[in-house]
Amino acid sequence: MSDDSLSFIFLNACIINNFVLSTFLGICPFLGVSGKYETASRMGLAVMFVMLVSSMCAYVINALLLALGMEYLRLICYIAVIASAVQLVEMVLKKFSPALFRALGIFLPLITTNCAILGLALFQTFKGYNFLQCVAYALGAGSGFTLALVIMSGLREQLALHDVPGIAKGAGLTLMVAGILSLAFMGFAGLGT
Amino acid sequence: MSTAHNESFDIFAKGLWRENPVFVMLLGMCPVLAVSNSVINALAMGLATLFVLVSSSTLVSLLRHVIPKQVRIATYIVIIATFVTIVDYALQAISLEVYLALGAFIQLIVVNCIILGRAEAFASKNGPVQAILDALGMGVGFTFALLCLGGVRELLGNGSLLGVDVFGPHFEPWAVMILPPGGFFVLGAWLLLFAALKARSERRTIEKDGPHVG
Repeated sequence: MSDDSLSFIFLNACIINNFVLSTFLGICPFLGVSGKYETASRMGLAVMFVMLVSSMCAYVINALLLALGMEYLRLICYIAVIASAVQLVEMVLKKFSPALFRALGIFLPLITTNCAILGLALFQTFKGYNFLQCVAYALGAGSGFTLALVIMSGLREQLALHDVPGIAKGAGLTLMVAGILSLAFMGFAGLGT
Repeated sequence: MSTAHNESFDIFAKGLWRENPVFVMLLGMCPVLAVSNSVINALAMGLATLFVLVSSSTLVSLLRHVIPKQVRIATYIVIIATFVTIVDYALQAISLEVYLALGAFIQLIVVNCIILGRAEAFASKNGPVQAILDALGMGVGFTFALLCLGGVRELLGNGSLLGVDVFGPHFEPWAVMILPPGGFFVLGAWLLLFAALKARSERRTIEKDGPHVG
């Protein structure tokens, strides 16, 4: 597998350099929404979809800005694109799948300030991926995010049933568990770049 | 006069400890975990965030009567993104080495929830002086938290502090501390420590007050 083949980019973003556990992007939803398996998996899917849309938009915008020689506007444009992509997803979901729209609730607008999305757009620009590679990268990052969220929610559902010392209830213990999970994902390090 | 002075000091001080954005409110965790693998990175990130926080809070506070309610979030984001672009270019000029070490995380200050949170919750409702004080308090609190993490991680993971060797040549560094899992572990340990301290002080107050009540 060469370094820029589509399958390698997908695996790299999904497992080897998992967005949540290795590059620390999207920690807020990771800690906030991973309490229950159902919300975690839905949130993962919503993020994956927004990632795909905003990654494709970001690619086009970057090409446009480069042609105009206005790279300094990149950050402002990206964040505007992501905000509108989230709005778009919200409207489409409301129209075609009201049930899913209600289930996602407040998580949907909050995706705008999820740093995994902006991080994805910035990283793909730094790495200079072409359009298809961007799509593979976005899909990989999205499934990696979903994977981390789902594993974490499974662990936390189990933890909730156990008796832990009073001081460890809450964020402290969650972070320790996340650390061990991150340690497990470190096992993949070195496979890619 | 003195009450007014106390009040403004309180606005500043609450961000440092009682409402510390990282340790108490658990906001802005991504940069905290990602760039706290050495003290110098933590300091640069903290100062960059402090600058963006203070400037955007000031501007939001000055424009709070001009910005229409419906588009306020989008306006705040554009204001924040403008200041982040300034920091991005400035840091590149000041120290390329630190800039490369921080990577995309300087640009990711845009989506740091602390900044948007303060703009929405405080700066949009208060005058510029209070907004600056609040932003300064939050920014210093954020930098303090970053240094707490960065210090421990650099000390254990590299055996040094600010690049100066501390433990001598026979120290075997805990490499895991500067790798991603270390960030989770150290932040988790700090939170556990604070929870334990809080529980102890609460128990003491109960013990002290107990006989009077009984």
